[in-house]
Amino acid sequence: MISKFFQRAALAAAALAATMGGAVAVDISGAGATFPYPIYAKWADAYKKETGAGLNYQSIGSGGGIKQIKARTVTFGASDQPLKSEDLEAAGLTQWPQVIGGIVPVINLDGINSGDIVFDGPTLAQIFLGEIKSWDDAALKKLNPKAKLPSQAIAVVHRSDGSGTTFNFTNYLSKVSADWKSKVGENTAVEWPTGIGAKGNEGVAANVANTKGSIGYVEYAYAKQNKLTFTKLINKEGKTVAPTTPSFQAAAAVADWAHAGGFYQILTDQPGAQSWPITAATFILLPKQPPDSAAAAEALKFFGWAFANGGKAAEELDYIPLPAAVVTLIKKSWAANLKDASGKPLVN
Amino acid sequence: MASGLDDHRKGAVVSDMVSDAARPPVAEIERSRILARFAVFDFCFRNLTRAAAIAVLVILGGVILSLVYGSLPAIRAYGFGFLTSQAWNPVTDNFGAAAPVYGTVMTSAIAMLVAVPVGIGIAIFLTELCPYPLRRPIGAAIELLAGIPSIIYGIWGLFVLAPFLQQHVEPILIAACGDIPVLSTLFAGPPYGIGVLTAGSILAIMVLPFIASISRDVFETVPPMLKEAAFGIGCTTWEVMRNVVIPHTRVGVLGGVMLGLGRALGETMAVTFVIGNAHKIAGSLLAPGTTISATIANEFTEAVGDLYTSALIELGLILFLITFIVLACARFMLMRVERRSGG
Repeated sequence: MISKFFQRAALAAAALAATMGGAVAVDISGAGATFPYPIYAKWADAYKKETGAGLNYQSIGSGGGIKQIKARTVTFGASDQPLKSEDLEAAGLTQWPQVIGGIVPVINLDGINSGDIVFDGPTLAQIFLGEIKSWDDAALKKLNPKAKLPSQAIAVVHRSDGSGTTFNFTNYLSKVSADWKSKVGENTAVEWPTGIGAKGNEGVAANVANTKGSIGYVEYAYAKQNKLTFTKLINKEGKTVAPTTPSFQAAAAVADWAHAGGFYQILTDQPGAQSWPITAATFILLPKQPPDSAAAAEALKFFGWAFANGGKAAEELDYIPLPAAVVTLIKKSWAANLKDASGKPLVN
Repeated sequence: MASGLDDHRKGAVVSDMVSDAARPPVAEIERSRILARFAVFDFCFRNLTRAAAIAVLVILGGVILSLVYGSLPAIRAYGFGFLTSQAWNPVTDNFGAAAPVYGTVMTSAIAMLVAVPVGIGIAIFLTELCPYPLRRPIGAAIELLAGIPSIIYGIWGLFVLAPFLQQHVEPILIAACGDIPVLSTLFAGPPYGIGVLTAGSILAIMVLPFIASISRDVFETVPPMLKEAAFGIGCTTWEVMRNVVIPHTRVGVLGGVMLGLGRALGETMAVTFVIGNAHKIAGSLLAPGTTISATIANEFTEAVGDLYTSALIELGLILFLITFIVLACARFMLMRVERRSGG
């Protein structure tokens, strides 16, 4: 009896050791933006099943991600706000966009459905400046002659925490409204002239869903999952567009990635008849000469795999894969910029 | 600690027995050996408790030091203007604490205004008026209320209380107070459902169980003789409470109130959900505001730049000082009450 028990225990221990040995492949660690966390987690799960290599991603926010990669405590950092090429140079980092998302205005008005309402940039800015206070304001009526707009106070909902979403949203408003640019400006957190602050995309979504007469801005995925009423926008070319995968992709495709140093492109207010005006890319940061080149090579393998195989998973979660032409550019930049300690390129 | 005391008592008995006996040398040695052991034990015990007490002081000192150190850049940049400025602009790195300090004080004031009378009322009902079969269930319900995590209150506040206030209570308040001079500013629209008043209400519900259950416990310590004597000379229940029970227990009741106030001042998550997180001092209680702890919780993770982080740490320091001042005031009040009553 006893000997049999021991035999079994020994077998189990051996089996355990074998499986652990199999998983010893280098684990990649990353930290940063919360917005792409769901898709990175999903990719990591699928990638682990395929290759056995794990990814440990901490969604601590873009600011934290930048701090950590500058301190080289993680293999890669992730940020919704790209670093300017001089900042990249100073920190010895390289960056590229990994996935795209759209930011949509969401509203809560009785009897109004998704797509019933259209805003243009300056009007949206006036609402968030607190200058348009009621839903039956003449400017809104002019844009939406057919919609039945109630005489109800507008409750503005914005992010209370610093966020890449806010950066892209305020960047758009600064581009389309001189007033916004001079009074508020663009940043991951700003001094909001009016409204309620809520924490995270989920907080804004919950507040808009709960507050009659409210307007907020969230990542498209949150609008869709929470079944919020989103609006259409008038883009740079004066065309009315709805937030859809093709309109986000159109904005990403027209951006001039090839000539942007370090892929520094903010996808708001892009030209093109199809382009959704508040599109945002989220970025990956990697040291040009990583301290642990094995882990960095492993990370590149993961991101390459994600470009090749991750598109479907991304679309399921309402993220938008990068256009193929951009991916080619990114792979070229990997070969040119990333070197190991001996100066050899990490990928070819 | 308890076992230490037991050992002492046992020691006393043993030494008595030894001294009563014929004192053979063996017993003498035994006795001094036991006494030596007690001395060692006492020494260790005394120093352990002393170390524990000192550890509290060290931790407190460490917290103060690191808060002061962390807020030095902001103190240097803004000086005293930090306390009076309403600005909170991460774009231009211009920060001020007036709005969060106002929000912290205001929400706590609303909470205490509601929770103190209601809490003491519950305690009076439970100790004096409640039929016996109901006392236990109501008492247990209050203690359960104290055990609910604050995030649950926050979610409930956001999804249930705020929409209810927005659609049913606030429009009535705005309409009813429209012509009354002071109230019309305090309750000026539009009704968001989220704001200082909602945060104060949530806090009131959260601190209520502390005040109610501590008051109940101290009311029960009043000697029945005192109360019966008062009833005997024809006092009503109100008079007994007013003149006998509350004067007898005011220290304990005040302690409960202070505990509640402490929780209200520092509460973070529930407030963050329902206050609206707007760095503004509005005249209206229905407008969104912010508190110190809500600001820190919201913005610390994504605070980029040394001055921004430092301003948040200075907010923490201010909260620390506010709590300290409140506790000091409470002590002072207690001392005065004691002296006046000749205690």
